[in-house]
Amino acid sequence: MILGIDMGGTHIDGAAIEKGVLLASVKHQVNRDDYFLSIWQCLEELIYQTGRRDITRIHLSTTICTNAIVEGQVSEVGLVLQTGPGLKWPFERMGDTVVYLSGSVDHRGKVVRDLDMEELRRARGRLLASQAGALSVVCKFSTRNPVFEQRIRDYFEDSYDDITMGHTLSGKLNFPRRVQTAYLNAAVSRTFRLFAGHMREALEREGIRAPVFVLKADGGTIDFTSALRKPVETILSGPAASFMGMHALSEADRSDRVLLDIGGTTTDLFFLVDGVPVFEPLGIEIDGRKTLVRAIFSQSVGIGGDSRVFFDNGKLQIGPRRLGFAVAFGGDAVTPTDALVYLNKMEGKYPGKSRRALEALASENDLSAGQLADLIVTRMCGRIREEIDRILQRLNASPVYTIEELLRDRMIRPRAVEVIGGPAKALAGYLEKALSMPVFCPAHHAIANAIGAALAKPTVEVHMIADTERKTVSIPELGIYQPIDRQYTQKRAEQFALSEVRKAGASLGLTEAQTEPEIVESSCFNMVQGYGGGMEKNIRVKAQIRPGLLYKLERDEV
Amino acid sequence: MKAANRLGLILFPAFDWAISPTHPEREERLLYTQDQLLEEGIEDIEGVEFFNPGIASDRDINRVHFCYPGAESLVTESHRIAAGGVMRAFDAVLSGETDKSFALVRPPGHHAQRVVYGDRGFCIVNIEAVGLEYARQKYGDMRVAIVDTDCHHGDGTEDIYWNDPDTLYISFHQDGRTLYPGTGPVEDLGGPGAYGYNVNIPLPPHTGDAGFLYVLENVVMPILDEYKPALIINSAGQDNHYTDPLTNMNFSAQGYAALNERLNPDIAVLEGGYSIQGALPYVNTGIVLAMAGLDYSGVCEPDYHLGKWTQPEQVTRQVQQIARHVIALWQSREELSARVIAGLETVTRRRRVYYDTAGIMEYQVQEFNVCHACPGISTVRSKNDRGASMIGVTIPRNACHACREEGYRRFEVMKGQGAKKIYLQDRSQDEYFVSSS
Ligand SMILES: [Zn+2]
Ligand SMILES: [Zn+2]
Repeated sequence: MILGIDMGGTHIDGAAIEKGVLLASVKHQVNRDDYFLSIWQCLEELIYQTGRRDITRIHLSTTICTNAIVEGQVSEVGLVLQTGPGLKWPFERMGDTVVYLSGSVDHRGKVVRDLDMEELRRARGRLLASQAGALSVVCKFSTRNPVFEQRIRDYFEDSYDDITMGHTLSGKLNFPRRVQTAYLNAAVSRTFRLFAGHMREALEREGIRAPVFVLKADGGTIDFTSALRKPVETILSGPAASFMGMHALSEADRSDRVLLDIGGTTTDLFFLVDGVPVFEPLGIEIDGRKTLVRAIFSQSVGIGGDSRVFFDNGKLQIGPRRLGFAVAFGGDAVTPTDALVYLNKMEGKYPGKSRRALEALASENDLSAGQLADLIVTRMCGRIREEIDRILQRLNASPVYTIEELLRDRMIRPRAVEVIGGPAKALAGYLEKALSMPVFCPAHHAIANAIGAALAKPTVEVHMIADTERKTVSIPELGIYQPIDRQYTQKRAEQFALSEVRKAGASLGLTEAQTEPEIVESSCFNMVQGYGGGMEKNIRVKAQIRPGLLYKLERDEV
Repeated sequence: MKAANRLGLILFPAFDWAISPTHPEREERLLYTQDQLLEEGIEDIEGVEFFNPGIASDRDINRVHFCYPGAESLVTESHRIAAGGVMRAFDAVLSGETDKSFALVRPPGHHAQRVVYGDRGFCIVNIEAVGLEYARQKYGDMRVAIVDTDCHHGDGTEDIYWNDPDTLYISFHQDGRTLYPGTGPVEDLGGPGAYGYNVNIPLPPHTGDAGFLYVLENVVMPILDEYKPALIINSAGQDNHYTDPLTNMNFSAQGYAALNERLNPDIAVLEGGYSIQGALPYVNTGIVLAMAGLDYSGVCEPDYHLGKWTQPEQVTRQVQQIARHVIALWQSREELSARVIAGLETVTRRRRVYYDTAGIMEYQVQEFNVCHACPGISTVRSKNDRGASMIGVTIPRNACHACREEGYRRFEVMKGQGAKKIYLQDRSQDEYFVSSS
């Protein structure tokens, strides 16, 4: 039995699932004074409802770290940066105390200039005198050669509990994002460690030995131990939970599709291509900080079931503000939900009041109530369609770097739409018309997020480089920097990457079949020394656990 | 971080294409440039946008070149994409999407001339010219200056715009007596319709930052101020760099960036440059930042501090001498032009063109009609040592009525003259014809 918990801004959902069958579900308000207690009550209730304790895994999607960041309840962080030559970003604004060190490595990972030990001594003095309780060490091109980050870490190890090294967080190149990611990681380390501590104690007390996994923004999970090292990975997992939930509940084919989560104020859009989520190109943004944390691409449109409907100079407007509930559910302002109630597409609590409000707004603007209701619903679907088209245009223009890709011209062309959220069923017919695609409304959408959390599978992505001149192979994400010989080939590199991904999958409790290790990109560059000199190889392989679900929820049995 | 100028980048490293596995023009060429740009966080600068290249069609290529036997067989996808990248760069700027654009594409193009039998100096298609002529047809004719900062003389671009007064070609290059392709003396000033609008600035080996910036300030900028182009294009070859394996100059990344800042081009196009680890990542970053109007002072090559790149005294004096010579010619271009054309109906130019990469020798005679109402039609008769022969007639974009008629008439006449292919390039109506015998 897998237990999945998703803690959102206001609600916390829980689901117990076994072999694709939903055994129990719960939904509560979040207790904002005690996040841990909210989670724990949810778990207890699932155990109580199923009457079973044979839990194989517990999957948590939490806002613990996200809230800490957004509310500013984070540790003060000292940033130790080796910026090397290049573009001068405003690094001093990225940490609480920022110190700069000289020395650099180049794009190949070759050391250009060494650290200055005297400078390092002075930096320590400044940091120890500051309020910084955690440290992030980030060097330019550290993913290519982490030697300086490691030496600096060693130097500070005795003075700080939480030291984050930039290269451990992502193999992608983007120094300013690496700095931001490392800052956030150090900033939330303490918060997450405390939460994890509570969780472990409680589980121990109850005699539950199931491993705990935490949902990430890319829709994958990581184990508690890894999450303690990289708590930044747990931020903004909410949209991922909702995406994975829809994915779990959706039709099981691999055609491109759009996923819509229609809430009260906003509608979230996601895309599924070849059965795999579309990711943000670089990473998620939180609190004005752009990171390298991989995330499922999602876009919020300011239009939802409770958006305020009004006329501005005779023009119908929907949202982006929400004034409260729909009139049909006790509010005061007309909303799309009221239009749907009027059109008999959904039930309202106060249908009479809702109708009167709609009629009043209609007559003020020389419309019949029926015309207005139609207009609202059509406009809402039109807005969603415009947004989908706009996003597709952008996603389909993503840069490519090979002739093969440019000529292949792989475009995302959605063939169907999955919708969840309050007005999903009521809107389906209208959406179908507006989008000219079949629209599906998965069942159990009220707890889709918890189901998504429960069925998410661990993900690992690695960026490997083998450089036969430097005679090293590196996988920053796994901390691998190993010697190789000059005869190393692309094929061996791919096999090595796959075997490391497989190993990582096994350590996260996946079977070989579930891991589905795959090569995402692979290229081999001849490096010629000077003009017509000797030939070496620069091999680059990107591999991953195929992102997705442990398994799909069986639709018929639930 | 926000760019002062909105900049479009067409970064297309063509990671799956090489002339041959160890050729300088191979997959690896822009690998470290891309690494450097990504590590610097270029993708996150507000106002810097990335665009994929388009693909140049046969028509786009025939607008500029006489391809023998034809564009469809001679020009590969990689060349069409490099040219398509430059077309995209023009679109970005002329449609107002961005203020400036930089096409980081490969292979380069500035050695590709009007007639193309194959690869010369790693070029088959003149990517700047294909982009520019495409843009002129799409957005209307305009006065343009191409400033070529590649170390090699851009003999292809010179040839294509030799007789076009609305395209000022200025080339900085290492003196042709010391480097491929050997052309580019100060005295080559252009055809009768554009005499003085081909500006060659041959520089001595070991010219450094000071020399380049001196020439820019004292020759190029005054000429541009007077010419007042609607668009400035930088053929941004990076082989003047002190680490380049094929050349002998002392230019640095800081120098390239400063030049670019001062020149302030609308569009830059990567040309040559084969120090792919030691120069390109830094020079390209410098140019990108300079174009975006950002602080580039932190850009620096790993070995720059060694400081052996200042130019020798003697070079400084030579550079100043050349600068004086070039500017004097520019100032007297009208008298010189009148003297050259006086009493002539046509001007003839004989050339031998060697295709180093393809190993072909070409012999050609170019004939320019002197017209006082327009730049006049031109005819090129060419044959090569592989038995090919062709004649091409070009009607300029702004041809007068008489010249256009004459162009079509000549095309018909040439068909009977025994060449294997006859071409007509009617740029005035954007029509291109070929006839085989
Ligand atoms: Zn060159
Ligand atoms: Zn004329």
